Amino acid sequence: MRITCPLCGTRDRREFTWQGDALAIHRPARDAGPEAWDNYIHLRENPAGKTRDLWYHDPCGTWAVAERDTVTHAVHSTTLVTEVPR
Amino acid sequence: MVKLIARTPLDGLTPVTIGTVTVTEVTLDPMTMIAPFKNQLAKVDALLKAGDGVGFPAPNRMESSDGVRILWAGQGRALLIGADAPAGLRGLAALTDQADASACAQISGAGAVDALARLVPVDLRLSHFPVGQTARTFVNHMAASVTRTAPDAFEVMVMRSMGQTLIHELTEAMTNIAARNA
Repeated sequence: MRITCPLCGTRDRREFTWQGDALAIHRPARDAGPEAWDNYIHLRENPAGKTRDLWYHDPCGTWAVAERDTVTHAVHSTTLVTEVPR
Repeated sequence: MVKLIARTPLDGLTPVTIGTVTVTEVTLDPMTMIAPFKNQLAKVDALLKAGDGVGFPAPNRMESSDGVRILWAGQGRALLIGADAPAGLRGLAALTDQADASACAQISGAGAVDALARLVPVDLRLSHFPVGQTARTFVNHMAASVTRTAPDAFEVMVMRSMGQTLIHELTEAMTNIAARNA
């Protein structure tokens, strides 16, 4: 599997570390209520197909959101975490 | 007062020549990590250009001018080598002295690219990785910065504590390449 670091270009998967669902960067507001916080902290989808997750490019220290497919292992796109609308 | 003898990171380990490939040590002094604060990149770039003749590098690039080099070192970071950071940068960027932090080896000669290609998971062919290109990547299992300084010469920088491992890895790859070419 190869992943494109938004800064370094396409690199081998061994240079990256998986950092969980990209939901993590969409933190609910402080007063959003217990249900929203419960969802944010504990509930994750487990899709067979398209998924969005966070990857850390170890040697250059970049966080990226990767859209990929858990069935085909295709990586469709990667975006710098700092450029994802929040 | 005890007199201490300063040793370079690869002291006693280099130079190494196997076949047509040579590894020598590169001393990086002074070397400063420059990490511009939020929204200060343009000012930092202008000050660097005025002071040292090199701007803040684009990702994966090295700029050099008159013995001074600046190397992209990850998101929002660059390493200034061979000159002190301009005084005006204080307050615009985080400046960290890195002169003793890294071990840097130059690997050069015909076949240097083949030896390095055994260790580095990046396409190092000249068409993909021209002179002045730099990559944050791995040398085997070790995080490193690899920069092409000439068509048949690279500089490989790792953490100082990993210097011996670096020379070991390079020597092994060079031995294998030399045996294959024999």
